[in-house]
Amino acid sequence: MTDTATATRTAPSIPLSVKLAMIFVVCFVLFALFGHFLTPHGFRETSLFHRLEPPGTEGYLLGTDARGRDLLARLVTGAQITLVVAIVGTVIGAVLGSLLGIVAAAQRGKTEAVIVAAIDVQASLPIIIVALFMLAMFDNSFTLFLLLVGLNGWEVYARLMRGATLQAKESGYVTAVRALGATPARIYLRHVLPNILNIALVQFTVNLPLTILLETALSFLGLGVQPPLTSLGQIMSEGRDRLMTAWWLTLLPGVIIFCLALSVSMIGDWLRDRLDPTLRSER
Amino acid sequence: MSEPHRGESAPRAPLLSIEDLTVALPGDGDRPEAVSGISFAIAPGETLCLVGESGSGKSVVGQAVLGMLPHALPVTGGCIRFAGAEMPPQRDRAFGTIRSAQIAMIFQDAGASLNPVRTIGGQLAEILAVHGIPKPDRRPRVLEVLRDVALPEPERIARSYPHQLSGGQAQRAVIAAALLLKPDLLIADEPTTALDVTTQAEILALIARLKVEHELAVLFVTHDFGVVAEIADRVAVMQEGVLVEAGMAEDVLQAPQHPYTRKLIAAVNPTPRTLGQHGDTPILDATDVNLIYRSGFLGNRKALHAVKDVSLEIAAGRTVAVVGESGSGKSSLARCLLRLEEIDSGSIRFKGQEISTLTGAPLRQLRQSIQVVLQDPFSALNPRQTILSAIAEGPIIHGMAPADARQKAAELIELVGLSAQSGGRYPQEFSGGQRQRICIARALALEPEVLIADEAVSALDVSIQAQILDLFADLQRRFGFAILFITHDLAVARAIADDILVMKSAEIVEHGPADRVFAAPAHPYTQALLAAAPGLDLFRRGSAA
Amino acid sequence: MTGYILSRVLRAALTMLVTVTLVFLFIRLSGDPAAALVPPDAPQEVIDQYARAMGLDQPLWQQYLGYVGGLLQGNFGFSIHTGIAVEETFLGRLPFTLHLGITALALAIFIGIPIGALAAIRRGTALDRFVMGFSVFAFAMPNFLFGLVMILVAALAFSAFLGGENANVIWPALTLGLAAMGSFARFTRSSVLETINAPYMRAAEARGVPFGMRLLRHAAPNAAIPLVTLIGLSLGALVAGSVVTEQVFAWPGVGQLLVRSVATRDLAQVQFLVLVVAFTMVMANLIVDMLYLVIDPRIRAK
Repeated sequence: MTDTATATRTAPSIPLSVKLAMIFVVCFVLFALFGHFLTPHGFRETSLFHRLEPPGTEGYLLGTDARGRDLLARLVTGAQITLVVAIVGTVIGAVLGSLLGIVAAAQRGKTEAVIVAAIDVQASLPIIIVALFMLAMFDNSFTLFLLLVGLNGWEVYARLMRGATLQAKESGYVTAVRALGATPARIYLRHVLPNILNIALVQFTVNLPLTILLETALSFLGLGVQPPLTSLGQIMSEGRDRLMTAWWLTLLPGVIIFCLALSVSMIGDWLRDRLDPTLRSER
Repeated sequence: MSEPHRGESAPRAPLLSIEDLTVALPGDGDRPEAVSGISFAIAPGETLCLVGESGSGKSVVGQAVLGMLPHALPVTGGCIRFAGAEMPPQRDRAFGTIRSAQIAMIFQDAGASLNPVRTIGGQLAEILAVHGIPKPDRRPRVLEVLRDVALPEPERIARSYPHQLSGGQAQRAVIAAALLLKPDLLIADEPTTALDVTTQAEILALIARLKVEHELAVLFVTHDFGVVAEIADRVAVMQEGVLVEAGMAEDVLQAPQHPYTRKLIAAVNPTPRTLGQHGDTPILDATDVNLIYRSGFLGNRKALHAVKDVSLEIAAGRTVAVVGESGSGKSSLARCLLRLEEIDSGSIRFKGQEISTLTGAPLRQLRQSIQVVLQDPFSALNPRQTILSAIAEGPIIHGMAPADARQKAAELIELVGLSAQSGGRYPQEFSGGQRQRICIARALALEPEVLIADEAVSALDVSIQAQILDLFADLQRRFGFAILFITHDLAVARAIADDILVMKSAEIVEHGPADRVFAAPAHPYTQALLAAAPGLDLFRRGSAA
Repeated sequence: MTGYILSRVLRAALTMLVTVTLVFLFIRLSGDPAAALVPPDAPQEVIDQYARAMGLDQPLWQQYLGYVGGLLQGNFGFSIHTGIAVEETFLGRLPFTLHLGITALALAIFIGIPIGALAAIRRGTALDRFVMGFSVFAFAMPNFLFGLVMILVAALAFSAFLGGENANVIWPALTLGLAAMGSFARFTRSSVLETINAPYMRAAEARGVPFGMRLLRHAAPNAAIPLVTLIGLSLGALVAGSVVTEQVFAWPGVGQLLVRSVATRDLAQVQFLVLVVAFTMVMANLIVDMLYLVIDPRIRAK
């Protein structure tokens, strides 16, 4: 069918599951931003008289923890921190990895060899192990933690973007534009980049839930976000000892983490199918 | 032609008869039926060529005979009879005993139709096992058919994996697989399209020999009337799902009735070009150009000498075709002349000025004068750029005001035969032929003095090829640029070139005016190429008579 | 082929060397290594003695050579808390982690791959949608949540405690293997779909090879090739997951040791465990590369 014009772009309808996922993500963000209007209590405010109240207690909509702190207020702050760490962390990895990948493909030679070697090293060390090592070596600070979480998946971006850039470089349209006399800056900015950005975008949606899970896992182990600050994982960690008696302290933040990761990856899958049905899942 | 097959009064009952076959094409297709009311028959031992371009429905017919049509293409009418009996419905289990045993099929890409992780011998023996041949008999039979298709060292081939075979060997192995159970009918779906012309000639000769030795009927699906001229007893021509012409091969070749048939035949046997205006001063010339690709590292270093001591000269306004088979280095040569590769030695001059050492801004400046049209029109355009912006990009790069450049681009769009309104659309919305027109417009926007076309029509259907070649010639008359046309297709070279360069193994083995090279090739390789080109000698005989 | 083997072995060695170098550099950067590697209540002369023994008065490159030399001779250091050689503590924990990890991997392989293949064969059916849904669920489910819910349900419904070293391995293994199971299912599905539509599958059909045989003898060997890579890669995810899972189920394995060592800043123990993980992963990747030689004749030919 070489000579029948194809592909008129039709707006695809969004499946119900993806709509629900989008609604959840929007609600989560609104909850993080404006949730503190739902409760009169601060997230560090303790009350000896209201310890381990179950959800539904008057004044404490979602109950309280062992030190009498309002779970709702803590969840709002936890959601904020989790959101910030997830987004900043994912952006760090995406920008760093993508840049390294593009530079490797553009420069070739020794630069590429060094970057590829770095990708190999990172690929043989699970990021949580690297994070644990660094947290043991250095004092745990929020900045260090953010950087470590940000390293999550950079090597995947680097590998993907290197491949995509090499492919774009060899493509007919870049050859033709080179032959037109375009400068390297023009070739990369106007022709290569717009065609490989999709891949980074899709990887972003794959990586975001992984970053959420990494942050919450480390915080759950007590090695991530440290008190007095809190995150969803850290709230779970604190409630863990009372799992049998006050399950809501652990399960509520856990379910929120799960729903968030689930929603983002569902949106990501949908985005991948929409942008490029041939692009396969990289995990 | 042998007498028994001629005419309606053939005494033998047809082996395969297709009556009024209709296959629906549900969904967004460009027509409601993939195949509409096709009827034809094949007698035992007869070769019928089913000819058509991509999308004509010819492959659908082949698949329907073997019951392999997907659910998306339901048969809605007609019937297929084989050896007097009606065929089971599509995808019926009963086909298990028909496939291979009575009707065998081979495909275009032989390499891909063999399982990459299993040996040739294993895959062939499996077919025998499936059809109940006892184990001790399998291996001798496998070696026998491998010998029958003239594969060297059948034992070694049987142990080999598909990637260890050349394209021609793989196609022979696939034909051997088809012969295993001595079928009565062979369906060959474009089996030589992916092959070089000399290999194609060998495979066609092989099929012709097997047809006689095994009294095999062949349904040969092809787009190429050259192939028809080589092997067909009878021809059926399909266009957009409809049979437009059928008859004895010689009759159709000599006196085609339908305009579509005439167009397809003209593509194989083009009218040689009438020479245009020529300057004698070389505009682009090269001396002793060498290009070596290096790869691998440490003990694994590899070097490929892609262009070896090539010298050539293109005069202003002239068209030079570089002809060669895949791997001959012709595209690498084009990339050298375009200054997309750094040559290892030699010199390239444009209007007498050395250009092989230019870098940076002077090189970018030079690019205005030497432009390119690439083979694959689907990857040659940035999918995120409208075609107007793609065509205007060259002039903008070289300093033209964007508004003027867009004005110029709009004019060029019309000049290459597209509607002026299409400028705002994206490449995906155009067909292959239309995209190639856009690529030509993009190249011409810089008003180049040399246009290098790298297999610029190879990805297109033959009737579209002819249109694009006409466009090249027409624009050349108008603007007077020189063309270097890289092609593997002798018919294309003949249609467009004043001069011919023949490349083999990175070197130029023959060059000269097109008339001379076609009429009296000097180098043995050129002679072999011409002899192998399907149909060319037949047409030469025809026009001499 | 020798070129292929050589380049893979070289790459593995290089990766290991870079990791060792980075670990060395970060330990030096983190502060006084002598102080960090001896018990905190040790007197100053012990620290100095230790520093001299470690060669801290020497230039950095000599220290580095000494460090690498020590590793090669099996001198990995001693825990600051227990004073026991770090490899001894590790070896005591290893059987638990192997037991857990192998069970989890087996669960992931023997459940994930078949359901993925089934989903591909029955593409578009309810089964396919269920498997795809399961893989998304498994991907997004934090293993600590899954583990805690299992513990809670067992406790409330059966009054059983699922943790501790005498507990049944199946529950932590299920927790650990869940994510890998989901990704195996998803990847198998796409890999099988790709091979099912390959030209050689159609060709085999045209030769009269029946459906089951096409799947088993033509599609399966080809679909298996990318799966080998995936299983190799999933080892990293399993190591990472075991850190959390062992903590949740109080499983006395290496992961728990690592978390405890990090929390107590037992640097000698931590650096040893990190090197062990890196070595395991590098070896796993090397084995995967070598497995390719067996299952993919195209690489054998190189």
